[in-house]
Amino acid sequence: MSETSANRAGQALALEIRQLSFAYVGRPVLDDVSLSVAAGEFAVLLGPNGAGKTTLLSLVTRLHDRRRGEIRIGGYDVRRQAVQAHARIGVVFQQPTLDLDLSVAQNLAYHGALHGMGWREAKSRALVQLERVGLADQRRTRVRRLSGGQRRRVEIARGLMHSPRLLLLDEPTVGLDIASRRELVDHAHRLCAEEDVAVLWATHLIDEVRAADRVLVLHRGQLLADERAETLIARLGVDTLSEAFDLLVGTQEAACE
Amino acid sequence: MRVMPWLHCLRGVVGRELLRFLHQRSRFLAALVRPLVWLFVFATGFRMALGVAMTEPYQTYILYEVYIVPGLVGMIQLFNGMQSSLSMVYDREMGSMRVLLVSPFPRWYLLVCKLLASTLVSVVQVYVFLAIAWAYGIQAPPLGYLYVLPALLVTGCMVGALGLLLSSFIRQLENFAGVMNFVIFPMFFLSSALYPLWRIREGSYLVYQIAALNPFTHAVEMIRFAMYQRFNIEAVAISVAVAALLLALAILGYNPSRGMMARKGGGGD
Repeated sequence: MSETSANRAGQALALEIRQLSFAYVGRPVLDDVSLSVAAGEFAVLLGPNGAGKTTLLSLVTRLHDRRRGEIRIGGYDVRRQAVQAHARIGVVFQQPTLDLDLSVAQNLAYHGALHGMGWREAKSRALVQLERVGLADQRRTRVRRLSGGQRRRVEIARGLMHSPRLLLLDEPTVGLDIASRRELVDHAHRLCAEEDVAVLWATHLIDEVRAADRVLVLHRGQLLADERAETLIARLGVDTLSEAFDLLVGTQEAACE
Repeated sequence: MRVMPWLHCLRGVVGRELLRFLHQRSRFLAALVRPLVWLFVFATGFRMALGVAMTEPYQTYILYEVYIVPGLVGMIQLFNGMQSSLSMVYDREMGSMRVLLVSPFPRWYLLVCKLLASTLVSVVQVYVFLAIAWAYGIQAPPLGYLYVLPALLVTGCMVGALGLLLSSFIRQLENFAGVMNFVIFPMFFLSSALYPLWRIREGSYLVYQIAALNPFTHAVEMIRFAMYQRFNIEAVAISVAVAALLLALAILGYNPSRGMMARKGGGGD
């Protein structure tokens, strides 16, 4: 019924969410959200603060679980096949999660161990990822001495160590300068193109969306749009994504009143 | 099922806890100074006021300093367990608890790893303390230092599991002051750590009854008997049972669909 072409081709979707609803102490946070992200696709989850983006990611990573609906990662149900599903996601959380007093290498070794890697394997995988983000020569540095942008890059390297098929990033550019932000967005796009990793990038910053990106507009727990940014702009007959966003949100608010 | 990945996970969690502990020298120092102050200052003063008559497992009359050492060992572990509960709350605020919980290993296993890690940190602290006490002249039989190890592991798991359980429903960092007032102090003072139970009974029958019910009393007695190469089956049975119960409740508390985590939501927006 809601099978997509990717599924029919025999390749499971990186992320598939069906009719997801979640309420927090009686207050609805997510209302019947359905979306999917294909392998190698870059999808932006766009919404203002409080739209439900972090909640959605927490449900995908199963930090909490009291919800209605279905979530599958690479075809695996996050509840019933939690081990397989978890092994396929890499996460960069909104809050910084590195141990400031430990070195970059120690932080990554910890993550490797949490994914069942031996010491040697974790070390070599960490090196590969650090080289990719240009921080290999900093691996003995304590995280406390890195800049905000460098720390984020370490977290991305960490999120990719176990070769996930889906990378979730929750407002990864908060607090970064313009150059670091652009560099991070570029890096995530390269991952999709070169490694076939699917990326779900949650943000409230419209300027981080590129014309060819899938954009999922989330507002007050409802999904208002799900298409390529340029298609959305053309369909609504506006000039910029910002105008498209205002139009969508305005329509929703009018409908509520 | 392959075993190695599970061991790697345990090694990783324990290694991180030990590394963090080594980096926080002030925490180590505080953990050591606290019982030493009790031993050198409090116990020396009380020696005059309070001789301890012959009581199990000691075979002679003993000085008060000798009596108080197992209680202080328990105190080290109690503080460490609560401090690791503080670091769980802190970790969760900082998000690194999330890093632990999104690992593909089952959540109960991750919590057990975390618990073993904090227990091992407390065991290191205890042995350093016992070495200083030894140098000061408070010496148990040499084999007692070996026999006490399993007792330390059980006690560490018991107070660590209590800490985990508390951390599953304490949200704010500041609440550690509350933990001190409402958990650490009552558990420590209402136990046999400072005075033998029979002595407490002479003072107040009510306090005696509370102390006899306090699981920390049994943990301290288990340590005390083990140090003197004795096996107090009642104390061991109660301590192990309480540790298992608290751990089960903590795992329930961290269950994503049933426990406190679900009720509180995940923070953020």
